[in-house]
Amino acid sequence: MKFEKIQYLDYEGNLSKDFKREISSDNLVKMYKTMHLTRRIDERCITLQRQGVINFVIGSRGEEGCAVGSAAALTNDDWLFFQYREQAAILWRGLSTQEYMDHMLLNENDPSLGRQMSNHYGKRDLNCVTVSSTLATQIPNAAGAAYAMKIRNEPNVSLCYLAEGSASEGDFHAGVHMGAVRHAPCIFFCRNNKYAISTSTENQYRGDGIVPRSIGYGIPGYRVDGNDVFAVFDVVSTAKEICLAGDGPVLIEAMTYRVGAHSTADDPTRYRKEGEAEEWDPKDPIRRLRLYLDKQGLWNDKKDKEFIEAMHQEVEDAIKVARNTPKPGIDKMFQDVYHDVPWNLQEQYEFLQKFNEEEGH
Amino acid sequence: MPVMNIIEAVNSALHIAMEKDPTTVVFGEDVGYFGGVFRATVGLQEKFGEARCFDTPICEQGIIGFALGCALNGLNPIPEIQFADYMFPAYDQLHNEVAKSRYRSGGHYPCAMTIRTPYGGGIHGGHYHSQSPEAQYLHTPGIKIVMPSDPYEAKGLLLASIRTPDPIIFFEPKRIYRASKADVPEEDYEIPLGVARVARDGRDLTLVGWGAQHQQNMAAADAAAKEGIDVEVIDLRTLNPVDVDTISASVQKTGKCVVAQEAPRTMGFASEISALIMERCFLHLEAPVHRCTGFDTPFSNAHEHDYMPDMKRVLHSIRQTAKY
Repeated sequence: MKFEKIQYLDYEGNLSKDFKREISSDNLVKMYKTMHLTRRIDERCITLQRQGVINFVIGSRGEEGCAVGSAAALTNDDWLFFQYREQAAILWRGLSTQEYMDHMLLNENDPSLGRQMSNHYGKRDLNCVTVSSTLATQIPNAAGAAYAMKIRNEPNVSLCYLAEGSASEGDFHAGVHMGAVRHAPCIFFCRNNKYAISTSTENQYRGDGIVPRSIGYGIPGYRVDGNDVFAVFDVVSTAKEICLAGDGPVLIEAMTYRVGAHSTADDPTRYRKEGEAEEWDPKDPIRRLRLYLDKQGLWNDKKDKEFIEAMHQEVEDAIKVARNTPKPGIDKMFQDVYHDVPWNLQEQYEFLQKFNEEEGH
Repeated sequence: MPVMNIIEAVNSALHIAMEKDPTTVVFGEDVGYFGGVFRATVGLQEKFGEARCFDTPICEQGIIGFALGCALNGLNPIPEIQFADYMFPAYDQLHNEVAKSRYRSGGHYPCAMTIRTPYGGGIHGGHYHSQSPEAQYLHTPGIKIVMPSDPYEAKGLLLASIRTPDPIIFFEPKRIYRASKADVPEEDYEIPLGVARVARDGRDLTLVGWGAQHQQNMAAADAAAKEGIDVEVIDLRTLNPVDVDTISASVQKTGKCVVAQEAPRTMGFASEISALIMERCFLHLEAPVHRCTGFDTPFSNAHEHDYMPDMKRVLHSIRQTAKY
């Protein structure tokens, strides 16, 4: 069985008549703005990493459509489990630029209290479960969270981002399999971006990508153009309907491309041929949506210029505030290991306080 | 003799091992064409072919389980786990299969392999690129644990590990992968497993450490010397089997001991060394054995500097113990 790629928006911004869903003009513009904001934040963070202000950044250039198209098809009551390249989704949900930069700079206003690496966002009031670097661990977690919704008869789903590399982990099988057996209302959303650090899909899997595995688990599967926000929106909407009808989980494979490096610790010129990334320029999700919006009269150069100026200013202001916000205190290091602080951690905290005072550490 | 950093020394050892032993195979995530995210396997695929040095899917349990099968059937695998923090998906394969294969088969099916993996903090890696999980594996009978402290040590210990007929986890100190430089012979040499090194002679106090921590310990000992405290520094090199004789001889001489480790305090290897000293040196002790360690918390990124038992913390421990 061949899984055809669902695509509605062509590379010139023309939308196929086969796209039957409604997306409001406001939401279309919001999709465009969120993708643009995400790309700007990524670019600035990568620069700040080079300047030594941020230690580590995972850019999402070229894959913003996967995150925004999927997040837009859900409500904030649906849960998101991230891999780590889906910052556009948490920004879509309402994480402010300031909160995002506070996290990236790991200051005391970071929702995760500076404990994680940068790019490991999450926030409970947005139902965005905090990123863990460990690949694929989120997959069975998402199935379990979805099952909790199911047994409480809530009209919601969890959506779990993963990628074609993490689909090789044992936790992929564990999570999709458990979810399938329990009919968990869970959408497993795999961004197939062609690379896991340096490892291309050729060395990652032998079959026709990830989505054919859905057959083995007995669940519906869809392949979609991940750089087409309409197609992603449509497929995730369908997946949610399937889940709420009790026929989930659903496995989605979004075909995309990691235009940038894996992270600021990576150099793709060592393993990717020159010009390969540029071949994806015409397929860029921001470019394609912009062409569509212009054709519909929803956007134009003037609006774009005003938006970009204001958005850039917002990002710069957030960076400035984040840089001037102190690091979390050492008390934050010893909290949240458990609900209460046990004697040994209390003793260690007091030691460190005294040591730092005496030694000026 | 060329100067090498730890990455270059490891790479040199791997080239020698693969050249001399056609049964060696190197595999893991990004180790093949790219040569590893830390560049430790550069040139191996080019020189020895894709069949002997290859990229794997992202599947640690697969990497270790596959290595076990290779080892059972005549190959000498040297798998890489990209970060020690990512070895846990393979824990079942390691703890229940690799560690027990020789024993449970009555000696029929030993499975020698050398699992290379970078460990430790100091690179702003947060929870999942900073941990020192050696104690997890030291509590597993059947696996040997080696933790080198500089390039010379890394090359000699790695070659010895690859030629040892047991499964070994070779924890590489990634914080000093490039910062640590030493004269390293280009040719083949081995440093025997199970033998610690007295890196600095002293008479007042014994300081025990391993891996990246050893460099902090040496710096602390130098600082202590300026205060008139003469510290003997032991670099353990191998944690299992541990060279208890070298530790005992030193503590029986000095009467005082500080053990420094990056890992969390509770149930760390420092505690085991403390117990060994209690059993063997009790009548020589002039102070309680002191543990200078990481804290019993996950590894908080923003607090990395506060977490690490760096030179200053070790010096503080030396002073406390010396004046006891």
